[in-house]
Amino acid sequence: MLLRGKMAAAARALGGGVRSSLSRWCVAPAPLPVYRLSWRTCSARTLRTGSPLLSARKFTDKHEWISVENGIGTVGISNYAQEALGDVVYCGLPDVGAQLNKTDEFGALESVKAASELYSPLTGKVTEINTALADNPGLVNKSCYQDGWLIKMTVDIPAEFDELMSEDAYENYIKSLDD
Amino acid sequence: MRAEASMRSAVPSASSLRRGRMVRVGTSGFQVGLRLGGGYRSGFRASGLGRTLTRAYAEKKFSSDCGQEAQKRTPLYEFHRSLGGKMVSFAGWSMPVQYKEGHIESHLHTRTHCSLFDVSHMLQTKVLGRDRVKFMESLVVGDIAELQENQGTLTLFTNEKGGIIDDLIVTNTSQGHLYVVSNAGCAEKDLALMQNKLKKFKASGLDVDLEIMDQALLALQGPSMAQVLQVGLSDDLKKLTFMMSAVMTVFGIPDCRVTRCGYTGEDGVEILVPAEYAVQLAEILLQSPEVKLAGLAARDSLRLEAGLSLYGNDIDESTTPVEGSLVWTLGKRRKAAMDFPGASIIISQVKEKVGRKRVGLVSSGPPVRQHTPILNPEGSVIGEVTSGCPSPCLRKNIAMGYVKTEYSKRGTLVLVEVRKKTLEAVVSKMPFVPTHYYTGK
Repeated sequence: MLLRGKMAAAARALGGGVRSSLSRWCVAPAPLPVYRLSWRTCSARTLRTGSPLLSARKFTDKHEWISVENGIGTVGISNYAQEALGDVVYCGLPDVGAQLNKTDEFGALESVKAASELYSPLTGKVTEINTALADNPGLVNKSCYQDGWLIKMTVDIPAEFDELMSEDAYENYIKSLDD
Repeated sequence: MRAEASMRSAVPSASSLRRGRMVRVGTSGFQVGLRLGGGYRSGFRASGLGRTLTRAYAEKKFSSDCGQEAQKRTPLYEFHRSLGGKMVSFAGWSMPVQYKEGHIESHLHTRTHCSLFDVSHMLQTKVLGRDRVKFMESLVVGDIAELQENQGTLTLFTNEKGGIIDDLIVTNTSQGHLYVVSNAGCAEKDLALMQNKLKKFKASGLDVDLEIMDQALLALQGPSMAQVLQVGLSDDLKKLTFMMSAVMTVFGIPDCRVTRCGYTGEDGVEILVPAEYAVQLAEILLQSPEVKLAGLAARDSLRLEAGLSLYGNDIDESTTPVEGSLVWTLGKRRKAAMDFPGASIIISQVKEKVGRKRVGLVSSGPPVRQHTPILNPEGSVIGEVTSGCPSPCLRKNIAMGYVKTEYSKRGTLVLVEVRKKTLEAVVSKMPFVPTHYYTGK
């Protein structure tokens, strides 16, 4: 997803560029959000209970996350991104079988006020999409790291995964966006 | 269109300018940011201060020491922040886009209860003097002379080409002035327009003056507005029908101008309140469990459901009132006299048809946003979307945009191109959601 700094973050939440009627807005500096605390708790639990084959979740600078299990990556958006986007009312997802390069646009999440493009964290083929989102797009907000996942994909170039941000690095990254 | 009015200290006080306080002008034009060191409010008459004002706008070179743009703040700025308002930049102002509740929740609350919006950023102007009606009619398309005492109307500033310079509400107050509320994003050009005309009128010996008002403007919108507000009034709110205005004491705060209008499609009022009482009034209203704060996000989706144009998106200087489906704003007498700016072009479009029209569109699937191309069933481009969002009430996608006139009939099937896929959309009547203006019946 396309966030470059907090202004962009908000702009995207509000209008992600030209598509939004409110694209002239951008966000003013805001205090560090409280939700990050709960997110940290939740991710710690995941790490404790996860299967040994389940990699730690990694993040892109566009606010997607990916975790890999048995060679298949599960992709979603971060809590920071879902907060910025607001109530998701429509998920535009790719077809199963679509071949994606790293940073390819693969879909969009839509709230009432904005459309936000999704960008592939890695190179690979889409193996599954989260069909529950068709009837319940709000899962992206309610459970962005679990039930609100977006797609599953093959990991064609494992080195790309290693290059992504760890949770700690991502947390510092979004902190830097808010500063 | 925006029936909200208002605004305030969009302008630096003369004294602050003289003292060399920071005044910045941003990209969007009217960003004379102020509010540094307090005392950023002051109303004044353009007759005397107009020159100062004009100079302030002309001298856009005032720059700041730090790199960031200063945003103007309404008297409720700190109040918004303290209640979790997510502040964004809008037309040079720092305004809440939403609060702790989500956008959809806030939107639906407005439709079922009522919401309080800070619209103090809008430009409020008083037009005074014996020739004030003539002055206003030299700039707008509406029949201002026919307004009853304390009645207001939505009207349009137009240019000589028939394009819309801004939409605004003009109220014929019983206090001997016209109360004008126009868009914050157009404040600079609206002031320039009025001040230039003022000079000409004065040079011709006519009696007109302008005064920029410096008050807060709060909009209370939704079906329970009357129930909430009536508690704080000695007058009967039932007597105040849609587009009527009166000065009254509201919850003990004297000299509030209450106008029954709004930008949501619901029954509602806009309350012009002295800036020093703005927070107090907001706090009192919020004591009612019916009332929640709402921000720009809900305001935008509510107005779109109500079929109301947003200046800069749906209408601008390249669109005429006829293209913008706002022919109803043309005063009958004004049409006959053809005495408003751009009248010859606008009237000929009324008589001979126009090439394109603003219409409503309804679709399902991915939401349709601004700048989405509109195609005919054969795939040729016939127009473009100017505003669009998923409707929280209808759970369908709604949009407005311009299409060639032959496709503007209700029920016409068109295509919209969203993310390289074409989807069907139907030309639909607006408002998309029924409006509930209080007509007293």
